[in-house]
Amino acid sequence: MSEQRKIRLATCSLAGCFGCHMSLLDIDEKLFDLLKIIEFDRTPFTDIKHCGPCDIGIVEGGVSNAENVHVLKEFRRNCKVLVAIGACAITGGVPALRNNIDLWDCFQEVYLYEGGLEGNQIPNDPELPLPFDKVYPVYEVVKVDYFLPGCPPSADTIWKFLTDLIEGREPKLDSAMLRYD
Amino acid sequence: MQPHEFPQIEQQLVPVFERYGREANKLLQILREVQEIFHFIPAAAITCIAAHLDVPRTRVEGVAGFYSFLSLKSAGEYRILFSDNITDQMQGNPELMRYFCHKLWLEPGKVSEDNLLSVDSTSCTGMCDQGPAALVNGWPLTNLDHARLDLIAELIRDRKPVCDWPPMLFEVKDNIRRAGTLLGESCIPGAALRATLERGSAATLAEMEASGLRGRGGAGFSVARKWSMCRASAGEQHYIVCNADEGEPGTFKDRVLLHSYADLVCEGMTVGARIIGASKGFLYLRGEYRYLLHQLEQVLAQRRAAGLLGRNILGESGFDFDIEIHLGAGAYICGEESALIESLEGKRGRPRNRPPFPVTHGYLDQPTVVDNVETLACAARIAAQGGAWFAAMGTAQSSGSKILSIAGDCARPGIYEYPFGIALQEILDDCGAEDPYAVQVSGPSGILVSAQEFNRRICFEDLPTAGALTVFRRGRDLLQVVQNSAHFFAHESCGFCTPCRVGTQLQKKIVDKIANDHGTVSDLEELKQLGHVMQTMSHCGLGHTAANPVLDLLQKFPDAYQHKLKKLAFEPAFDLDGALETARNITGRDDAWAHLP
Repeated sequence: MSEQRKIRLATCSLAGCFGCHMSLLDIDEKLFDLLKIIEFDRTPFTDIKHCGPCDIGIVEGGVSNAENVHVLKEFRRNCKVLVAIGACAITGGVPALRNNIDLWDCFQEVYLYEGGLEGNQIPNDPELPLPFDKVYPVYEVVKVDYFLPGCPPSADTIWKFLTDLIEGREPKLDSAMLRYD
Repeated sequence: MQPHEFPQIEQQLVPVFERYGREANKLLQILREVQEIFHFIPAAAITCIAAHLDVPRTRVEGVAGFYSFLSLKSAGEYRILFSDNITDQMQGNPELMRYFCHKLWLEPGKVSEDNLLSVDSTSCTGMCDQGPAALVNGWPLTNLDHARLDLIAELIRDRKPVCDWPPMLFEVKDNIRRAGTLLGESCIPGAALRATLERGSAATLAEMEASGLRGRGGAGFSVARKWSMCRASAGEQHYIVCNADEGEPGTFKDRVLLHSYADLVCEGMTVGARIIGASKGFLYLRGEYRYLLHQLEQVLAQRRAAGLLGRNILGESGFDFDIEIHLGAGAYICGEESALIESLEGKRGRPRNRPPFPVTHGYLDQPTVVDNVETLACAARIAAQGGAWFAAMGTAQSSGSKILSIAGDCARPGIYEYPFGIALQEILDDCGAEDPYAVQVSGPSGILVSAQEFNRRICFEDLPTAGALTVFRRGRDLLQVVQNSAHFFAHESCGFCTPCRVGTQLQKKIVDKIANDHGTVSDLEELKQLGHVMQTMSHCGLGHTAANPVLDLLQKFPDAYQHKLKKLAFEPAFDLDGALETARNITGRDDAWAHLP
């Protein structure tokens, strides 16, 4: 068993709050069990900047700017199985609240009006990711293989989902794991 | 809106409350009247209604928010709603709407700055044979063209009340092209009732059984069984309801029956009332047919005067029955019988759990029969002429005749009555269909039939229909037809169950994606899976049938969508680079990172 190739896993957060990553860490001591069968590629834990060939990619957060698309497409190219985790990745979630507000109004409020940032100008540095008119769910930009709902999904849910997937079973979550009230 | 903007609102509304006996059951009727007085439902009116009817404010707002024809925001003195049924679209309504908006400097869905008018679209208004059609403050406008819209614009600029507009704008024709036994033979008011009283209730029920009459609203349940189950159910009161919420796009036969055969329909209700033991009946009239209200009230008054309604009908002591008309307010879902009953009780039109069925627990939890307009007209004929006469027409499982509302690409749209078992091809020949390529039978919730199937027959054994038949000639964009249906269902889902509420929205998005040239093979798979979930998991018939047009298109008309598909396995749902355009304009950036391939 120990000689078997480890499953390679990458994770990232686009327009999200890292809450889903926190929930992943919440599996606590099971992290040691997990690390016996997987190894991390790009994640906030490894600080690897670009995703290489992987078995599983987990994406948190919605798509709110051009950089998100580059990251997402890199994940899709490299990951055999792509998972959208949490409400933001699946529907746009909290960041998508801005979808009802005109982008120009957002920029004015943040950069131009009094109490906004200093300098009274809208930044145009090419290094800054350029925002979309709206925040989009991940599945509208790339093909998604699995959706893991929750805000965030509980540590147990993530553990069950990952172990199912790693052991080659179709992931199955009972209703208690999909219940939020 | 602040309450002080309507200082007199309580004095204005109290007479309305009094007229409806301050009954919470009449909430929808009260809200309709408020809408007619103010052209919208002011917040102050909601507070006032809640206080006088002694119901929570949330309930009033919940009902007001549910129905399309009730508006919580000011919609102007004139509210024009263009019918966006596929036949109206083919007759040019989208272009007419743009023309009208352009002419009056309007944006669809927004009120003009002087608060004078607003323009928007609405689901099928039931004028498919004389479209393009629209509603102005609830009154139907037919045969619209540029000249008529110019006239309407002038009338609005002159602030002429809608009741003073030229009657020709509101002319609605019956267009009966082929009459059978139901439409062709005259009926003497009272004949069916006299026969019922002579024969007795049990014997008349036996005639219904012998006739084999099945419901004409689509489901085709045996009328005799429904009536006898209701008759046998214990309850303080029994009710009979005529379902005239003809909302299926492309259907307009009930409009003609209510306009020219109202006596026959009322007679059928009264016969039913006698058999099930009801003393009260409701006619649930869809909001779009509000223009028929006055005329129907007159028919009821005449029948009361003639002793055919009211106390001791035809001198039979203890035979008391009367009919009350209840107006809908623009909700397709209310055609479903349990949603209709909820609406009758002044609630949101949300389908109930079944069982229990309305025959045991219906209106106010009492035994209730809900029958389609045409079914009741047939029942009256059977009561007068006997079950055997009726059963002699049609096929083994589908006795009698069927009234079809035919529209679309044909020379003679209108009303056609045929005995059940008629082949589709024969109907297409009769109505002068031009090079027909596909026919939508029974509206979006029915079946999309291809030319290979034109030998199929209209009957419950083969092609069941509630009455709509929309013809599409070769060259019509069927994807656009299905897109129209997908938008219709997404708009009309009541929102109660997730498979339908979310499913209809996702279905709409994916069909739009394909129509906008972003579709791929994986989207087709997604549509099939989604359709399966909606068909198997939805709460009521709306969700069960909402995927029909999409699934029929996928199965029978690959030519209609395949050229639209990208070759890739996946395509984003939107134009990625286009979605950055706004931010590029704001920041003035045009560097490589400000673009996506």
